[in-house]
Amino acid sequence: MEKTIAGKTIAVNEEGYLTDFSQWNEQVGEELAKEANINLTPRHWEVLKYLQKEQQNQVALSIRRVGKSGVVDIKEFYSLFPNAPLKTSTKIAGIPKPASCI
Amino acid sequence: MNEDKGKIKKMMIILSKASLENVYAAFVLANGARMEGIEAELFFTFFGLEAVHKKKLEKLHVATVGNPAMHMPTMIGGLPGMEALATTMMKKEMEKVDMPEVPEFLDILYASGVRMWACKLAFDMFHYKEDDLYEGVEDIITVGDFYKRSEGEGVHMLFI
Repeated sequence: MEKTIAGKTIAVNEEGYLTDFSQWNEQVGEELAKEANINLTPRHWEVLKYLQKEQQNQVALSIRRVGKSGVVDIKEFYSLFPNAPLKTSTKIAGIPKPASCI
Repeated sequence: MNEDKGKIKKMMIILSKASLENVYAAFVLANGARMEGIEAELFFTFFGLEAVHKKKLEKLHVATVGNPAMHMPTMIGGLPGMEALATTMMKKEMEKVDMPEVPEFLDILYASGVRMWACKLAFDMFHYKEDDLYEGVEDIITVGDFYKRSEGEGVHMLFI
């Protein structure tokens, strides 16, 4: 599937996750955050950059791992990205949805 | 089903057992709900109360007797040390799939906004004190209170 985000044509899957991270940039992230009704603050960006780095290193992301990252604790993660923090934040970060139950 | 297509909004999970496999089932379901943006509440009743008893929650075991999935004869499952052995083995496998132990899991649930309640009847029956309970347990409530909390559309109840 394709979608126009921030004036660019971008490949996404049926759930709206980017399928090609090279198409991601900060404007795309801003647009995706707006769709999720989130106003990105510097704190959000720290978390998003951390998630992208973990993805690059092929780390399987989970709530537990994010909580132990030292970047953000679980409570703050939920307050930054209310309603499904891991799903929402990874979508904004342009990385795949983690297949995690924990 | 109405216009919101039966969307699940809140999971009310009742935990009545203290064997590790049941406790984990309740915790994974509650945590999984929060991860999807679904509200979740846990009601600890009868033996399930042990999962939030500060001194007991670290010593929960897998049930080896009366558990057909253990694939061992009942008499062997009842031998001394078998439950401890099965529990150690299961915990090792759990760590491999990034499953936390009970105390850490409770902290994750609490930080994730899962609301926890102790059943008054069981609490009284086992002569527990408020200090015995994990800090994340908000209050000791009756079944009626729990039902009252479960009102509304899209609320599902689960008994474990």
